[in-house]
This record gives sequence, C-alpha cells and structure tokens, in this order.
Amino acid sequence: MNLRRDVFQALADPTRRAILLLVASQSMTAGAIAANFDTARPTVSKHLQILTECDLLQQEQNGREIYYHFNPQKMKEVADFIEPFRKLWDDRFNKLEAIMKQRMNKSSDKKQ
Amino acid sequence: MEQKTRIHAEDGKQEMIITRSFDLPVDLLFKAYEEAEIIEQWMGTKVRKLENRKYGGYLFETHDPKGNLAFEASGTIHDFVPDKRIVRTFEMSNAPFDVQLEFLDFEPLSDTTSKLTMHVVYRSATIRDQVLKLPFAQGINMAHNRLQDIVNKLK
Repeated sequence: MNLRRDVFQALADPTRRAILLLVASQSMTAGAIAANFDTARPTVSKHLQILTECDLLQQEQNGREIYYHFNPQKMKEVADFIEPFRKLWDDRFNKLEAIMKQRMNKSSDKKQ
Repeated sequence: MEQKTRIHAEDGKQEMIITRSFDLPVDLLFKAYEEAEIIEQWMGTKVRKLENRKYGGYLFETHDPKGNLAFEASGTIHDFVPDKRIVRTFEMSNAPFDVQLEFLDFEPLSDTTSKLTMHVVYRSATIRDQVLKLPFAQGINMAHNRLQDIVNKLK
C-alpha cells in the first residue's frame, strides 16, 4: 500500500490541513491555492496530489482549469473514530476468509 | 457497496456487536477459530495455549522484531459448541481495560456462506469507548511517527 494515500498521514501535515481549510470554503484552482502559501508551487502540487489520492479533495474540470473541491464525506469517515476499529477487524476477517478459501481449494484438489 | 464487517456500538452502552458475513461454509469459518495454526495466521499472533472446551483457556502472544513481548491476551472459555458458539473472556495484559466477555455466534447463511456475530461486553461504557478508539489513536500516532522519522532524516 502506498503510505502517502493513508488519510491519517495526509492529515498529519500542517500545510495539507491549511489547504483543506482553504478549499473547504470554496473550490479553487491549484494556482489560486498556491498563491496562499510561501511554499514552492511544485510542493503545493504534491500536497494536492496526496490529498486527491486519499479522496479528501476531488478534481473537477471547468473549461481549461481544474478546480479542487473539499470532500466532506471522506472527512466524516475520518472523524468517525470507529472506522479504524472496523477496518482492523475487516482486515483480519478478510485474511481469515482468504486463508480458509485457500485450504478449501487445496482439499478439493486432493479429492480429484 | 455494503460493508461486510459492521460495528454496532450505541452511545453510552458498555457493549458492542461486530457482525461479518463470509463466503465460507460455517464449518470452515468455525475451524478458523478452532485450530491454533490457523488463528496464528489471521490474527498475526502466536498461540501459546488453546483449550477448546468448557473451563478451558487460551493465551496469545506477539513479539516485536527485537523479541520483546508486544502483545499478550488471555481468557477462559465458558462454552464451546462446534460450528455454533464460543463464549469466552478476553483480557489484554498491561492494558487498563479490564476483562471483557465475548459471545461468538456462528450461523450458516447458505451451504457456502456464513455469518459471525461477536457480542462483546465491557466493564463500563468508558472502557468500551477507549477500546474502540485504540486503532484510531494508533493511526494518528503512526502518521506522526512516520512524519517524525522523515524529519529526523532531514536533521
């Protein structure tokens, strides 16, 4: 898994949190977002890419410009403190299912 | 898409219900809870003891790469009905959560699918919430630690 796409990793960075706050009030182009920071433009682009990859931001093509939208649904998921707990069990159970399916296939091979 | 694993935890209650549907016949699902070797694979822990019977007990241990004890959990088995039910206690060592009571019900949905319902009762609603928040807190800590690692490399 690409660690960069981890939503918690994305939120751990203060510049990325500032970008989210900015875009939450209105959709903006990368240029308009970058104008609010002293950081180099490619650095801001990288932050936007990370935020988009983990679905905190969404892109929308408007003519020649790409606007960035804040995705409140994803933020809600993060704010929901039960989600990581659910994910932990979901991962465990997925593993259980995969292991048992493998055993099921192996034993049916033997019978043939 | 409907989630296969669901958590039901009402505000202010000292219990929670975890449900999960599996593309597995119920006997295979149960087997994953019955055999130490399989538990080790999906739980990612060593099984030091596993006595699948009434008045039996179990002990799980995980060591970090340096060999230090990272996680230890144990409990007593109160009921063990193959392909149907396990009732047991669960207690993490060196954690302030006290012992919890777990009712695990296994049921067939069809010949090839099954469902697990885990009803977990904690000592208090506060402890339940602390346990629920643990992976959330670890997620944030891990993100901060990764950030710290990166910063340390820059120094």
